Amino acid sequence: MNNLVEIKELSFQRNSRVIFDGVNIQIPQHKITAIMGPSGTGKTTLLRLIGGQLQPASGQVTVAGENVHKLSRNGLYRLRKKMGMLFQEGGLFTHLSVFENVAFPLREHTRLSNDMIRTLVLIKLEMVGLRGARDLMPNELSGGMSRRVALARAIALDPELIMYDEPLSGQDPISMGVLVKLIRTLNDYLGLTSIIVSHDVTEVLSIADYVYAIAGGKVIGQGTPDALKADKSQQLRQFLDGLPDGPVPFHYPAEALNRDLMGDII
Amino acid sequence: MFTQITLLGRWGIDTLQELGRAGVLLFRVLFRFPNLKKGFPLTLQQIYAEGVLSLLIIVVSGLFIGMVVALQGYHTLEKFGAAQQLGPLVALSVTRELGPVVTALLFAGRAGSAVAAEIGLMKATEQLSSMEMMAVDPMHRVIAPRMWGGFFSMPMLTIIFNAVAIYGAYLIGVKWLGLDGGAFWSNMRDSVDFHLDVMNGVIKSVVFGFVVIWISVFQGYSAPPTSAGIAGATTRTVVYSSLAVLGLDFILTAMMIGDW
Amino acid sequence: MLSQRTIESFVGLFLLMTIIALSVLAFKVSGLTSFFQPIGYNVSAEFDEIGQLKVRSPVKIGGVVVGEVSSISLDPVSFKAIVKMHIDSNYKEIPNDSSAGILTAGLLGDNYIAINPMYSQSFLKNGDTLTDTHSAMILEKLIGQMIYKLENGGKNSDKSDKGDADSSHSKDINHEKN
Repeated sequence: MNNLVEIKELSFQRNSRVIFDGVNIQIPQHKITAIMGPSGTGKTTLLRLIGGQLQPASGQVTVAGENVHKLSRNGLYRLRKKMGMLFQEGGLFTHLSVFENVAFPLREHTRLSNDMIRTLVLIKLEMVGLRGARDLMPNELSGGMSRRVALARAIALDPELIMYDEPLSGQDPISMGVLVKLIRTLNDYLGLTSIIVSHDVTEVLSIADYVYAIAGGKVIGQGTPDALKADKSQQLRQFLDGLPDGPVPFHYPAEALNRDLMGDII
Repeated sequence: MFTQITLLGRWGIDTLQELGRAGVLLFRVLFRFPNLKKGFPLTLQQIYAEGVLSLLIIVVSGLFIGMVVALQGYHTLEKFGAAQQLGPLVALSVTRELGPVVTALLFAGRAGSAVAAEIGLMKATEQLSSMEMMAVDPMHRVIAPRMWGGFFSMPMLTIIFNAVAIYGAYLIGVKWLGLDGGAFWSNMRDSVDFHLDVMNGVIKSVVFGFVVIWISVFQGYSAPPTSAGIAGATTRTVVYSSLAVLGLDFILTAMMIGDW
Repeated sequence: MLSQRTIESFVGLFLLMTIIALSVLAFKVSGLTSFFQPIGYNVSAEFDEIGQLKVRSPVKIGGVVVGEVSSISLDPVSFKAIVKMHIDSNYKEIPNDSSAGILTAGLLGDNYIAINPMYSQSFLKNGDTLTDTHSAMILEKLIGQMIYKLENGGKNSDKSDKGDADSSHSKDINHEKN
């Protein structure tokens, strides 16, 4: 089995705060790989590192055999045409209609005729079930709908890799179900490789083929969903079962409470 | 004491860093070969957004400023029996100073703040990032058209402001206060020089337009992606632009009068 | 969201307004003439003293503007000012023995060139030189000479004082003309 994305010994820090410390992740081709972890562990940062929007402190990221951070600007842009990314809020262009949003990458990167673009856009919109919404503006869409439009836009250029940044957060059960089904069917039907970054444990475990759990800048567990569910590691159990206290403390680091309240009068 | 010096030093370094980032932004916009076929329609859209939509406020302000200068000038000149010199007074003060400066201040308030807020919001809602991930450079697609739009709009707005302000002065001086129309225009023609007065004013407006739109774009682009960040960016755009315009106006005037 | 065509039309309108405004500024406000020289002919004249005469100062006959000063330079040998004038082609028949003088509009106004037509039957043409010229009167010089005369004539009776000054004044002017 080939790995489309390989991350080796990746380290990254932001303002002297260490976000990743020697992370190794392999993303197998044609599979859905989930990267899970508590909020604030830099899951979105990881996707930006894969997309080449951020530079790592050390380590390397290889996508389709090319080292992302060694590429020239043009090389990076060429590689990005093979990637689609679905941002947390969708990132739709608010001044363009749904149709134009999906047509945007086609207009930018191809010399197709207007008829061809129309056909392609309608096919993509049909895949996400929003062909009827083509003339709406992004501010007229619900959160779930705008994510589906963004998904149609992300697959407009038929990428090999698609990255989802928190695709399910803040969705009602129905649109969550719709999105989960879409991610699965698009992956199988279009032969994509998917990376999902999320903390919605149950939904993600139900569709992922392979799961990485990260916390504190390190990979704390990996394996198939079933293997992970059976894992006994404390950190993993706290995250997967949603326990309020454990290795990740309930309290933000602070000095002892009585000292804080009473001051130095002891 | 020591911490204050440290703070001052840090502030200095931060300021320098920000200037450097603004310079890099400018460099990335200017020295990358633009795609004319795609860039031209985008620039036209921005000339519409920054220029045409600012036209109303420019025309109204120009008219009133011309009328006020005429009214004030008439009552001062009349004391010396020189009311006939109203035309030159208005034309010179408008073409040399008021036109470029007031237009630039209005432009910063109307178009600059809008550009800063728009870019800041596009950044906050991940529109710029998703553009980047679609292998479209936001510098080309978003930043450069806005800069060129402002760069072209400002001198055009200034020229229109000048003409409207002088017409406003004509309305007050000739139609209301009863000066002789022929003398108004011929005195003006005698003392206004096209190159020295009108074109120097336009040159000023080109410089102001460039600086104002640069500040706006940079503030929007570097704004923290929060609502407070965007509010701060628009405020800073207007404040910094106004200060820059007034400061540069002094330097440019000194250069033009001093024949540097 | 406007269509690109609408935006283009608005921007075109904006550009048109700018061009109209610029031409108003150029022709109505600043009287720009250097883009296209009006049809006419050039005449030059030498003056000892041109005062505040500038390029684009008007050239008048009987108070009517017939042209303007196109350039001012200094003859390196004789140290006289060479003034080139551009005369409008409407005024072709100016006698070639006419005299030119530099006068002042009002007490503190700008200088202009007044051409005083004579009676010759041949007319000025392109490249001609006016030989009979009267220099600009410099107020400081006049006052200086007047004070000098007053001091010299101070011994005379008060009654003749004013007349004396007047006559010396006009004599000075005559002197300067030569």
